[in-house]
Amino acid sequence: MKLKTKDLLGLEYLSKSDIELILDTANPFKQLFTRSIKKVPTLRGKTVVLLFFEPSTRTRTSFELAAKRLSADTINIAAATSSVVKGESLIDTGKTFEAMKSDFMIIRHSMSGAAHVLARNVSSSVINAGDGFHEHPTQGLLDIFTIREKKGKVKGLKVVIVGDIMHSRVARSNIWGLTKLGADVTVCAPPTLIPPDIQKTGIKVSYNLDEAMRDADVVNVLRLQLERQKDNLFPSLREYTLLYGLDKTRVKKAKKDLLIMHPGPMNRGIEITSEVADCPQSVINEQVTNGIAVRMAVLYLLAGEEGVPPGQQINDKE
Amino acid sequence: MSKTIIIKNGRVIDPSQKLDKVSDVLISDGKIISAGKPVKNKPGAKIINAKNKIVVPGLIDIHTHLREPGHEEEETIASGCMAAASGGVTSICCMPNTHPVIDNQTAVEFILLKARNEGIVNVFPIGSVTKGSLGEELAEIGELKKEGVVAISDDGNSIMNAMVMRRALEYSKMFEIPVIAHCEDTSLSKNGVMNEGYVSSLLGLRGIPKESEEVMVSRDIILAGLTKGYLHIAHVSTKGTVDLIRNAKKSGVNITAETCPHYFVLTDECVKNYDTNTKVKPPLRTKEDQQAIIEALRDGTIDCIASDHAPHTIEEKNKEYDLAPFGLIGLETILPLTITYLVKTKKLTLMQAIDRLTRCPAEVLNLKNRGTLKPGSIADVSIIDIEKEDTIKEFVSKSKNSPFLGWKLSGFAVTTIVGGKVVMDNGKIISG
Repeated sequence: MKLKTKDLLGLEYLSKSDIELILDTANPFKQLFTRSIKKVPTLRGKTVVLLFFEPSTRTRTSFELAAKRLSADTINIAAATSSVVKGESLIDTGKTFEAMKSDFMIIRHSMSGAAHVLARNVSSSVINAGDGFHEHPTQGLLDIFTIREKKGKVKGLKVVIVGDIMHSRVARSNIWGLTKLGADVTVCAPPTLIPPDIQKTGIKVSYNLDEAMRDADVVNVLRLQLERQKDNLFPSLREYTLLYGLDKTRVKKAKKDLLIMHPGPMNRGIEITSEVADCPQSVINEQVTNGIAVRMAVLYLLAGEEGVPPGQQINDKE
Repeated sequence: MSKTIIIKNGRVIDPSQKLDKVSDVLISDGKIISAGKPVKNKPGAKIINAKNKIVVPGLIDIHTHLREPGHEEEETIASGCMAAASGGVTSICCMPNTHPVIDNQTAVEFILLKARNEGIVNVFPIGSVTKGSLGEELAEIGELKKEGVVAISDDGNSIMNAMVMRRALEYSKMFEIPVIAHCEDTSLSKNGVMNEGYVSSLLGLRGIPKESEEVMVSRDIILAGLTKGYLHIAHVSTKGTVDLIRNAKKSGVNITAETCPHYFVLTDECVKNYDTNTKVKPPLRTKEDQQAIIEALRDGTIDCIASDHAPHTIEEKNKEYDLAPFGLIGLETILPLTITYLVKTKKLTLMQAIDRLTRCPAEVLNLKNRGTLKPGSIADVSIIDIEKEDTIKEFVSKSKNSPFLGWKLSGFAVTTIVGGKVVMDNGKIISG
């Protein structure tokens, strides 16, 4: 099977089988990491441009490593040191790299829909690495990959996403991906941080973390943007932590095999305590490792390669 | 150009006289001599065959943005007039949010002078309510009126200070011109770029709740009740606003209202591909609002259909959704959208639709001898081919920011006559 789209803009636009294809293909790439040479020649000669209009550590590094482990050439553009500061538009920036014959553009942008704008204007494959509050599809994929790997399935699992759902692209990508694969999703936050009518996507909404976590198989804790307090979305960090912080007491009351996730970077002591973040049920560091494998699979499939069925190895011959 | 025009065998529809019959219209020296009566050919007269077409009073757009002075790259008075003529619109009322703002008599004089010299349709300026449209101090409304404004409005900016709005409604009473209110509680709409709801949740775009409009409409209705002033609500976009206006009219408040084609044709679903031509204020709402607005147009709760023609260049619009300016152009699509989505769908009769585009706006703005084909009135006439189908491909307007690009519509103006002079014929602009 192949992926039929030019771009990866969001999990909303992928079918269940597309998502499964990416997850299956990520498996052999992950196995590659146990070798001493973690590289395959698949994308040799391809150019990957990383356009980061917003600060990022893990996503940018993860994409860059993914591209490099596929032998592609990568170029890193940080908005702060590019022509963007001279007022160049997103479209012109995209067209400039297009003229340099890029094959992939990976974009991180503070505004929702920015990846769509770029994709409409360039023929390179565009991968959305997070646009505003809209989607962050590879984060969604790596979260689901991690859940599937640990739990052996996704269908029927009870997954709680807790935190600032309103302003979270991670939440939206998780909601689309998880519901397509048949998980039972609950989002949990104060009403001020729940997007209107979000239950129409087929999920549940809860304002009470203790109730939401009863019978939960997975809890995905979102990063709280500390400046949201200024918009009166919650009265204080203290109250937020009391109501929605994941601590030992809450974890103890939950299922023994509860999987604890966080997309990073964490505000330790606010949305999650250090004790919980570093406990055996936490897979936060594995999420990072899996991120590279998933992003390799995405690049590989968008390059038009045939997907890798479960149990098979990646072809690393030139 | 002959001074006498005979429009033969058209279906003459004039809501001001409840006239609907196949007959002739006689125009001489810029005036309507007769409409709806057979006219014998006269030597030297220009004959227009309107068989299978409808002949109506020229359309009046009560809400237009011409960008001159200040943003001539988007639209000039001349280009806006040509766009109007091409859409069958014979009179446009231009909003004062230019640079500088039309808040003084010199600025009004400039608009009227330019319109006289370069415009091919009638231009009626709207003055600002407050100096600089800043919502603080009243503009010299008396001077503005004397110079020729037909209404006052701080359109684009909502007047957030209730006392300022109260004084505006109170003071302007003596001039018998409406205060046109752009109703938006900016503390509720803050940073929003589209309707708040399920679609904004999915797209991750900041929402503008319907209530940001309705809260302000409620306040202004209450103030109009207090002052007995004349309030006109611009671009109604929600069911809640419709209900408020309906109740206000019932209880005798001096209030009128308009809506725009995009509010009865489009919904927030159209934003899904982040097309910035769907970014408009108030934002595109939902099916429920759409239905309420159509019903309000039918029963007369909403008086007029206006274009809210808001030109923006491709450079301004072709960017991230958050960064693009609000507004879309409408002069060339107001008629076919009304015909296609209200008349062809049998939601409004042809008579009702033409009424909301001609007689009603003339009445709202007290434009004497316009929006009618009564003998002696000014010969502003549109001839429309209801059956003409076309795909929207290009625009006469300087700007192209329309979400209807590529849409197949029917019901286009084929001839536009302003003051007894043909200014558009078969899609061709005739100027000079």
